[in-house]
Amino acid sequence: MIETRGLRKSFQTGRRRKTATVDAVAGLDLTVAKGEIFGFLGPNGAGKTTTLRMLATLVRPDGGEAVIAGADLRTQQAEVRRNIGYIAQDGGTADDVTAREELVMQARMHGIGKAEAQSRAVAALDAFDLTEYADRNCRTYSGGQRRRVDIALGVIHRPKVLFLDEPTSGLDPQSRSHLWDEIRRLRSEGMTVFLTTHYLDEADALCDRIAIIDGGGTVAEGTPAALKRSIAGEVVTVGVTDAEVAAKASEVLAGQECVRSAELREDGGLRLSVDVGETAMPQIMRALADAGIELATIELHRPTLDDVFLAKTGRSLRES
Amino acid sequence: MKTLRDTWLVFQRHLLLMARSPLSIVLGVAQPVVYLALFAPLLKPALASMGAGSMTDAYRIYVPGMLVALALGGGLYVGFGLLAELSSGVIERARVTPVSRVALLLGRALRDVVTLVIQAGIIIVLSMPLGLFVRIPDLLLAYVLLALITLGSASISYGIALKVSDPTVLGQLVNNLAQPLMLLSGTLLPLALAPLWLQRAADWNPFSWAVVGMRELFAGHTGDPAVWQSITLMAAVALLALTWSARLFARSVR
Repeated sequence: MIETRGLRKSFQTGRRRKTATVDAVAGLDLTVAKGEIFGFLGPNGAGKTTTLRMLATLVRPDGGEAVIAGADLRTQQAEVRRNIGYIAQDGGTADDVTAREELVMQARMHGIGKAEAQSRAVAALDAFDLTEYADRNCRTYSGGQRRRVDIALGVIHRPKVLFLDEPTSGLDPQSRSHLWDEIRRLRSEGMTVFLTTHYLDEADALCDRIAIIDGGGTVAEGTPAALKRSIAGEVVTVGVTDAEVAAKASEVLAGQECVRSAELREDGGLRLSVDVGETAMPQIMRALADAGIELATIELHRPTLDDVFLAKTGRSLRES
Repeated sequence: MKTLRDTWLVFQRHLLLMARSPLSIVLGVAQPVVYLALFAPLLKPALASMGAGSMTDAYRIYVPGMLVALALGGGLYVGFGLLAELSSGVIERARVTPVSRVALLLGRALRDVVTLVIQAGIIIVLSMPLGLFVRIPDLLLAYVLLALITLGSASISYGIALKVSDPTVLGQLVNNLAQPLMLLSGTLLPLALAPLWLQRAADWNPFSWAVVGMRELFAGHTGDPAVWQSITLMAAVALLALTWSARLFARSVR
């Protein structure tokens, strides 16, 4: 649904003689399949918004190519615009108009006739739980309500692809999960969603696939689960009664197929690297029981996307 | 055709926004009303040089000039609204739709014309008890002239706003532009008082021609050459300014 090859954009910074060229996006290759929620994860300044704005026809790329819903970004802008919805980070609703008025207007800007625009607005208000506030000025909305209006505006023309820039930035947890549900609903209706985020949990919980971007290029791409597995695998920590037992347990477990390596820790625990924690844990427990070793504790630690980011860039996303 | 439809659409939206905050229209007339009440009596002796023998005559000369000043001054400040909308993301939302780019600007400029028509109406009604008199055909022509002036000044303001993209700079630039343009058109002080070089300089100010044309209309001299000259000139200015700012806008928002 979205395919980019070598997409580039650089900006001039500074003025007069002290200009410098900053490569905001440096040769981006991406493929997003139909009907998936694709997340673009990275720190601020990584080039996420620039990429999104290029794909949404708002910024002209310096080089490279992109095809969105079958239309060439460079030569068929009007066609691209027909097929996409774009929701900026700060939204874009006027204070003194109502959600209904904004929705009708947006539909009409897409070339939809008046009567049809009105009925679509009613449907959108209903779908996004906004009917109750439909005729109040946008000024009076809460952050979460306003964000839902933004998304309703972005999909009023039923686009094939929806671009969302930091959709839940600044929202309270309840509004966030409500918004995630709305985004999932759009996917279930067949829409392809491309979003940027700097929240690890959002990338993890919401996205089917993510690309980690840093310094204008992708450093990793895949499903959140695969990305996390790719770096260190998962770790199961086993606690037993004393050091002697631990040594014996280590011997037993080192022979298990699911265990990549076993390491005795100073506190008497046993650190096991495994591929997939959920399936390894029962096997470990069974092996220990068969060897007559009593298990005190067992704990699964999964690497987070931050661990992935750390492994790929040497920095933590939380710090950057 | 699509541009026309889109312009109408954008115009409707801005009209709606305007109707939601009618205060701005009223506040826009506040200054001219104060001028009307305070300046005109002061200027009566000065306006005598232009043939004003009575207070009524003075208003007939002063009010048309002030209407031009209102169209010019009011129009030059509309760029602020554009900058606010650009930064709020409302325009960006329109940009990802296939809506005509020119329409996004033209629709706004037409809203500015409506604002002015309302404001000018208020001024004219307020001036009537003071002795202002104008026939309907002349009034309609005066409105055509005012609409053209507003289209021109609003377009110039949008153009500058897009060039500087900073409200503070825009404010200073517009101030520096509006003052000499108004002075050199004899709207606030009659140019008859000015030294010759200043009068010659005013000849180069298209808005000065507009003031002359407007005064002839309010004097009932519909056939005076100054009337069609000023309308033609203002149409040219409006067209040039609109083309310039629309191209600038289309390029900057793509």
